[in-house]
Amino acid sequence: MSQYILRRFLQMIPIAFGILTLVFSLIHMIPGDPAVQIAGEGARAEDVVAVRKALGLDQPLWTQYVHYVTHVLRGDLGTSFQTNTSVAEQIKTRYPATIELAFGSMFVALLVAFPLGIISAIYRNSWIDNLARFFALIGVSMPSFWFGPLLIIAFAINHEWFPVSGRDAGLRSLVLPSLTMGLALSAILTRMIRISLADELTQLYVTTAVAKGVTRAQAIFRHALKNALIPVITVLALQFGSLLTGAIITEQIFSWPGLGRLLLTSISTRDYPQVQASILVIALTYILVNFASDLLYGVVDPRIKLE
Amino acid sequence: MKRFFGNFAFTSGLILTVALIVVALAAPLIAPFDPNQQDTARRLEAPSHEHLLGLDDLGRDVLSRIIWGSRVSLRVGFSVVILASIIGITLGAMAGYFGGWMETVIMRVTDILLSFPGILLAIAMVAVLGPSLNNVIIALATQGWVGYARLGRGQVLKVREMDYVVAAKALGARSPRVILLHVLPNIVNPVIVMATLGLAGAILSEAALSFLGLGVQPPTPSWGAMLTSGRRYLGLANHLAIWPGVAIMLAVMGLNFLGDGLIDALDPKYRKEM
Repeated sequence: MSQYILRRFLQMIPIAFGILTLVFSLIHMIPGDPAVQIAGEGARAEDVVAVRKALGLDQPLWTQYVHYVTHVLRGDLGTSFQTNTSVAEQIKTRYPATIELAFGSMFVALLVAFPLGIISAIYRNSWIDNLARFFALIGVSMPSFWFGPLLIIAFAINHEWFPVSGRDAGLRSLVLPSLTMGLALSAILTRMIRISLADELTQLYVTTAVAKGVTRAQAIFRHALKNALIPVITVLALQFGSLLTGAIITEQIFSWPGLGRLLLTSISTRDYPQVQASILVIALTYILVNFASDLLYGVVDPRIKLE
Repeated sequence: MKRFFGNFAFTSGLILTVALIVVALAAPLIAPFDPNQQDTARRLEAPSHEHLLGLDDLGRDVLSRIIWGSRVSLRVGFSVVILASIIGITLGAMAGYFGGWMETVIMRVTDILLSFPGILLAIAMVAVLGPSLNNVIIALATQGWVGYARLGRGQVLKVREMDYVVAAKALGARSPRVILLHVLPNIVNPVIVMATLGLAGAILSEAALSFLGLGVQPPTPSWGAMLTSGRRYLGLANHLAIWPGVAIMLAVMGLNFLGDGLIDALDPKYRKEM
């Protein structure tokens, strides 16, 4: 197992460096002179020089890169232009809100997808299966930036059950944003569980178990479902990453004070160190989650470790 | 033909997609009003016989803006798909065909780009390039080519060792000729499927970027941007938050249906390769 973990970890390092390089180069993609763009139109020459110096843009590219990487490795993600405080500190305060939202959405998704996917697989091609498939299709086609406002109209304005925005009402604040983000994920998971479980139910070991006297329910829940979960875990992990980007949109809809909203605010104020750091943290979280899912995958299916 | 039209997903997807394209092409003929014509005295007016989907915050006809908005969506969608598929397939085919360092470099770049979830990279690029229609296309294509490259490489690896390719090489055909005449025709079908699904993805991403204020800038009508302004008037003028979303959903659902139908009709194996 330790060899397997080490191998997966080593595979992650070049990717992480690739992300770091791409995020570093973002500032150099700014059309024209980045310092002029950042200082703003009509800025005085000395301000432009100050920005250039503050960002290290007066140094050779290679020096800038080494400087950036070494600082990031030390946990120093730069200083915000807007607040003049450490970018990492800002992220630290916003990160829990985004993670909370991601978990809330995942909870909603699992709550919907498991029963729906299992029923759908057991009663294949029945009306309930067709209904579940239709739901899955609506779920993937319905953009969150439409579904969110519809939920607000229905449950925050017409019935004042949940707050329209913010994170101050505890769990009640979490419900609508989680439903917004959870819908698409639940649609994908329902489809996945249905396909995966339906496939397992046709396997000989299920027939054998039933022939040996195990009830159908036991054969499904004790045997087939376990195996059906392997691909579902991968999809779940990959989709967790999508939740992080989904959060950018959902946080905007519900004024949720997370990392996504911080990113958008910093884009509008051209606070590039903050933009770079937010993107870096989201992308790194994504690859870490994928790494964790690889490990989990190895635990669930021991054959994978041997490959 | 029966394989295609006997398939419910394909037929319904095709109807929705053709309708979308017709609406976009015929926008000047079928839009009841100029999409930018303002009547501020009647702003936020609810749907009526005169304005079927109501008026927006500047008193513009919502239906006309949705009809014109389809042009933006399709323009972005087609541009992204064409750009991404040309770049992706070329690089993927080169990686698969030549192997070695070229394959290593191209595939490692795809690994890195794939490690940016969803539209994060597009957001990052538009953030630095500035919000505009063209920058949205560039940003989405930058992330979109990766899927085609993987598909292209996989398919090339599959056909590279086929007898007819080996024969063509033995007869002295040069690499570009072999790739163009013998390898690429074999990957047309999966690419068509991927492009159809990619079109849906690009339309959704454009709407998302415009919703975040990073896409098409006013007064150009865009479905995503219309939803942003609709969000400001929730409870006051709900029609602004409802109809542009219906348009996005129908367009995306149609293309997803079409893509799914194509997979089933052409070769269900593609589902694994996508």
